[in-house]
Amino acid sequence: MDFLNGLVVLANFVLIPATSYGAQLALGALGVTLIYGILRFSNFAHGDTMAFGTTVTILLTWWFQSMGINFGPLPTALLALPFGILATGLLLVGTDRAVYRFYRRKKAAPVILVIVSVGVMFIMNGIVRFIIGVGDQNFSDGERFIISARDFKEMTGLAEGLALRTTQVLTVVVAVIVVAVLFWFLNKTRTGKSMRAFSDNEDLALLSGINPERVVMVTWLIVAGLATVAGVLYGLDKSFKPFTYFQLLLPIFASAVVGGLGNPLGAIAGGFVVAFSEVTVTYAWKKVLTYWLPESLAPDGLVQLMSTDYKFAVSFAILIIVLLFKPTGLFKGQSV
Amino acid sequence: MKKLLLASAATALLAGAASAEEIKIGIILGYTGPLESITPAMAQGAELAIAEVNAAGTLLDGATVTGIRGDDGCIDAGLATATAERLITGDGINAIVGGDCSGVTGAILQNVAMPNGVVMISPSATSPGLSHNNNEDNGLFFRTAPSDARQGVVITDILNDRGIKSVALTYTNNDYGKGLADAFQAAFEASGGTVTISAAHEDGKADYSAEVAALASAGGEVLVVAGYVDQGGKGVIQASLDSGAFDTFYLPDGMYGDSLLAAIGDGLNGSFGALPGTDSDGAGVYQGLASAAGFDGTSAFSAESYDAAALIMLAMQAAGSSASADFAAHVMDVANAPGEPILPGELAKAIELLKAGVDIDYIGATAVELIGPGESAGNYREYDVNGGAFVTAKFR
Repeated sequence: MDFLNGLVVLANFVLIPATSYGAQLALGALGVTLIYGILRFSNFAHGDTMAFGTTVTILLTWWFQSMGINFGPLPTALLALPFGILATGLLLVGTDRAVYRFYRRKKAAPVILVIVSVGVMFIMNGIVRFIIGVGDQNFSDGERFIISARDFKEMTGLAEGLALRTTQVLTVVVAVIVVAVLFWFLNKTRTGKSMRAFSDNEDLALLSGINPERVVMVTWLIVAGLATVAGVLYGLDKSFKPFTYFQLLLPIFASAVVGGLGNPLGAIAGGFVVAFSEVTVTYAWKKVLTYWLPESLAPDGLVQLMSTDYKFAVSFAILIIVLLFKPTGLFKGQSV
Repeated sequence: MKKLLLASAATALLAGAASAEEIKIGIILGYTGPLESITPAMAQGAELAIAEVNAAGTLLDGATVTGIRGDDGCIDAGLATATAERLITGDGINAIVGGDCSGVTGAILQNVAMPNGVVMISPSATSPGLSHNNNEDNGLFFRTAPSDARQGVVITDILNDRGIKSVALTYTNNDYGKGLADAFQAAFEASGGTVTISAAHEDGKADYSAEVAALASAGGEVLVVAGYVDQGGKGVIQASLDSGAFDTFYLPDGMYGDSLLAAIGDGLNGSFGALPGTDSDGAGVYQGLASAAGFDGTSAFSAESYDAAALIMLAMQAAGSSASADFAAHVMDVANAPGEPILPGELAKAIELLKAGVDIDYIGATAVELIGPGESAGNYREYDVNGGAFVTAKFR
């Protein structure tokens, strides 16, 4: 019984939150890694792209709610999501035409494109704040819990509760579907294959007749989809605020680099590595250990490696360690 | 030409000498920043007291008082210092009502008020760090809000009365949160209680599940949330309820607000807290005056602002001078017993009494009683959350 109680505490406070956070990071990191692989620069505007997609989705969600449209037990935001993706796709392709294409034609060095993306980031930052403001926005509706902590206790008779929120499960399910579709697209379709060819060797791809502008446009559209889905899931599960999306850039880049920049599989693994490290390093293990260890060994202190204030420091530390020992990341990506 | 200039200069001087003195009071609050929603009613409170004295027209033999607003940004020490500097050197203010947040209040006091010898009465800075027990403030700083050291004792009393012996504690990571958390922890442990963990949280995050995980692991009967109602405090409570970590919360003054009830809903029932408040006659009188003047007198720290401005002007009258060096020593005299009790709306009467040499005891809107180094003793209103509303339990 004690073992089960310990397991429930661990699942409630570590496994479930870290899994859904990991899925959100993985989706964000996939977008970053695709741009790096195909367009060959680190896109610092990614966090704000997520914020833009989420903003459009939120506005449409409110509109749907005001008209009485809902999605039963699921959040209405899922209905608005396709329109959010569409708007974000238009914005990204437009940005590419207006800004990035100019530098691509001049064959600008990647570092110049990085700085350009910082400029784009500030502009998107402003657009998002101009549209929806700087405050917290809550747009989650539908059933809040699949199992609440109290129901779980009553059902199982255990001393500890386990809460499972709808948004947590939704995050993981949607992430799995999106990733499956993405890999099918990259590996099986003609366009996907031409994208990979372009990523592997640009000159060879051009010689074999691949249209670079088309590859670039498809990439931006896919990135728009990934960024909007990641942003909306994060906002549903936690809350939406432009500044927190800007801050998400760090763990997302950490995930992409840890997994290996340019490698989609690595981005997913990296997302979960970063999420689980952030949560487990800052978790106070006292309660779990009290359940699992014999009474004589039960800890007095909190058994917390680091205060939760240092969450972001964990991402930084992982980033630095991986870059020192394995510059190409866990899965073989391009070195930075 | 020269003669004309001389003549006009002479007339200007004459005119100046003939009219009575003009007293200026700086009202330095965070009109921008995290408290921007409550500062307008605070400033209106101070201006109400000024208008009342001007209407009587008897202060210091017919002096007129002008309130000058200045922005301290609540959390922007640079802005606060620059504003205070400008008001003192440029506008020539005689005293300051302000600042509002503890950090900037300390900055104004150290960098501007003390070097220039100007009296400051803050209506809302509650950090224990501002209690200058060894006269580090040259006797210039007072506050009509109680120190959080006092709130720490009040929280301890409330928890003990309810038989709670072990709590987890989380605080917003700034001067206010840290000061209150430390004060409470010291008081609670001295009374025999246990604080299982004291953990900071940052405001403005999307996700507090990691913070709550640590708090839950430490355990405790009640979670004391020394945060802000629209910020991290709300997030911590939501995450605690979601994960079933805690279901009873203690809410200090920063966590009192209708927006919390709206955001959390039924989960908050059974929680309790306290905020500065009094059931004295003055509070009701003040609210009447405020509604007559067209603003909300129940808004947080509005009454304290009225009292701060009133104390400054009454101390000037008691000293017979508007110079800070003269009247600083009289602030405690007019605020405390013995003397004729003075409620809001009776400032004209108070001035007459002081002129006649009668001692007064300013009660004002918040039952002002200055203790120790010149801060309010503090009255608190204890409340329960019941059926989705704040229900007053008692006054302490």
